Amino acid sequence: MAGLTPASLTADAPAPAVAAPRKNRPTSPWQEAWRRFRRHRLAVASGVVLLLLIAAVTLGPFIWPVAINEIDFTAKLQGPSWAHPLGTDDLGQDLLARLIYGGRISLAVGLAAMVVAVVVGVVVGALAGMSAGWVDAALMWLTDLFLALPLLPLLLLLMYLFRDHFKRLFGVEGGAFILIVVVIGGLRWMQVARLVRAQFLSLREKEFVEAARALGASKLRLVVGHILPNALGPVIVAGTIDVAAAIIAESTLSFLGLGFPSDIPTWGSVLRDAKDYLDIAPHWALFPGAAIFLAVITINFMGDGLRDALDPRRVL
Amino acid sequence: MSRQYIIRKILIMIPSLLGISLVLFTILAMAPGDPFEELATNPAVPPEVRAALRAKFGLDDPVWTRYLHWLVAMIQGDWGFSFVSRMDVDKLILQRLPVTLIVIGSSQIIAMLVALPVGVLAATRPYSLFDQVANTLAFVGFSLPTFFTGLLFILVFSIQLDWLPFVYRANIDATGWQFYWEHIKQSIMPVMVLGLFQGASLVRFVRSSVLDVIKLDYVTTARSKGIGERKVITKHVVRNALIPVVTLVALQLPIVFGGAIVTEQIFRVPGIGSLLISSMLSNDTPVVMAVTFVIACLVVFFNLLADIIYGWLDPRISYR
Repeated sequence: MAGLTPASLTADAPAPAVAAPRKNRPTSPWQEAWRRFRRHRLAVASGVVLLLLIAAVTLGPFIWPVAINEIDFTAKLQGPSWAHPLGTDDLGQDLLARLIYGGRISLAVGLAAMVVAVVVGVVVGALAGMSAGWVDAALMWLTDLFLALPLLPLLLLLMYLFRDHFKRLFGVEGGAFILIVVVIGGLRWMQVARLVRAQFLSLREKEFVEAARALGASKLRLVVGHILPNALGPVIVAGTIDVAAAIIAESTLSFLGLGFPSDIPTWGSVLRDAKDYLDIAPHWALFPGAAIFLAVITINFMGDGLRDALDPRRVL
Repeated sequence: MSRQYIIRKILIMIPSLLGISLVLFTILAMAPGDPFEELATNPAVPPEVRAALRAKFGLDDPVWTRYLHWLVAMIQGDWGFSFVSRMDVDKLILQRLPVTLIVIGSSQIIAMLVALPVGVLAATRPYSLFDQVANTLAFVGFSLPTFFTGLLFILVFSIQLDWLPFVYRANIDATGWQFYWEHIKQSIMPVMVLGLFQGASLVRFVRSSVLDVIKLDYVTTARSKGIGERKVITKHVVRNALIPVVTLVALQLPIVFGGAIVTEQIFRVPGIGSLLISSMLSNDTPVVMAVTFVIACLVVFFNLLADIIYGWLDPRISYR
């Protein structure tokens, strides 16, 4: 039917005539995205599991108020029991309490590092996308250079060189947190920058941007009010996956002994302590590993669902 | 492929190597404290050696001369002295490098052996049960961090089943076949951990690449000529679909080196990854800097190799 209607007819028709054939309420892009997201069953299930996980680590200490550093040598290396649902470690400390505490840190690091990466990426990408010529070329050269850098060795190097300094400045826990977040975020912005630049290059030539420019909108207003909101879809997807990558990176650093120290239990540092007791206390390693895996895979599936929902190139 | 293409690619490599050296040097220069602080508290190192080292590395010069000195020393292979191993850093790295390259190389082969058939099969039956299962398993594969897979492998194959040794030994006192068998046995777990992780992310690349090619006109032409489906896939589709995969394998290399560091550390494989970690834990800065630089250079070099292979596989690229 639509093919038979002349294009000019709809354009010339008065507004009520256009609105009349629509039986349903108009759907906003976000409602449309939510409808597409719901179709990805694994993503929805992952969202539920992830929410439960977040609820567990935020509300956990109120339901399970056990100290993370209560040493009890009579109960060391015990498997799961009613007194210790996830067992104990070599000092008899309760693993459930330590994993709840560690989950808060790991998830907070993931989110904060993602925010750093997205902010840096959006700024670099927007600058490169709006300014043609040598600024664009230089920023893209920098992005490609960072993409070619081996991430983990550099993370390790930065942690190795700056760890003590940050510890002195912000304390043991705060220093490690700030350093890890800045370093992981500062080495993961490239994907976002490239996505934002690509979006900007096509969006800035679109008619609605031209219209806004003709109305006298400033460059900042063009970027913040008109271009950026339309470039947000791929950024949200990349940001989601960045959370998972940051959680893996933090756990890897802690596992290798260059992230959080042993007295601050994160999922990675608990796993590092556990790896020497694999033969007599496998539960000690299995629970933090499963926690990391659960967090990462649910976030990755959410990212996949969001890609289906938000990326206009991959409309199903 | 023209010689011009290769030369151009090699010339492009130089600024990225310079850029990487600049990044590394900036990090080192920004780092708080003296890199040789350790020596001051170490009674085994006399003060005149410390003074000589300070002078040798020009720690009191302006930043630009320090960078140039450092760069020239790196190019000449004068990478300093490891205070922990008591030998020259370049010799130490050359000793450890082959093991790492073998581990990474064989894990890449495993990754391709897993990813190719699974990815191609999934793409020929898109949205089938096999495709969905393969996709879910791929997600599981790259969501499992390598350090956890490594521990799981040790738990299952070394502790429960007692099939494989979990500590890598460099000095095996056996000869002939026994020697090789022991080496293969102790390499299986590190290589599999790295290979399966890599394979999981490659499956999705292979699948989407095959899906892109399979709907092209020349494939339909091949089918309409009456060529069997199996032959169409293996001879006509896969060959062209693999071209972009070469680039993706190269782009994944920084992650592969990261994974190699973790697996070497877990299984105590004596490669440069475990050297990096042990040097960091014992504050051996010259080794740390050199290993990071070597890994960065290897990544750039393999990217160059992938570019050249890409140009050879797809001649259209080299004429652009």
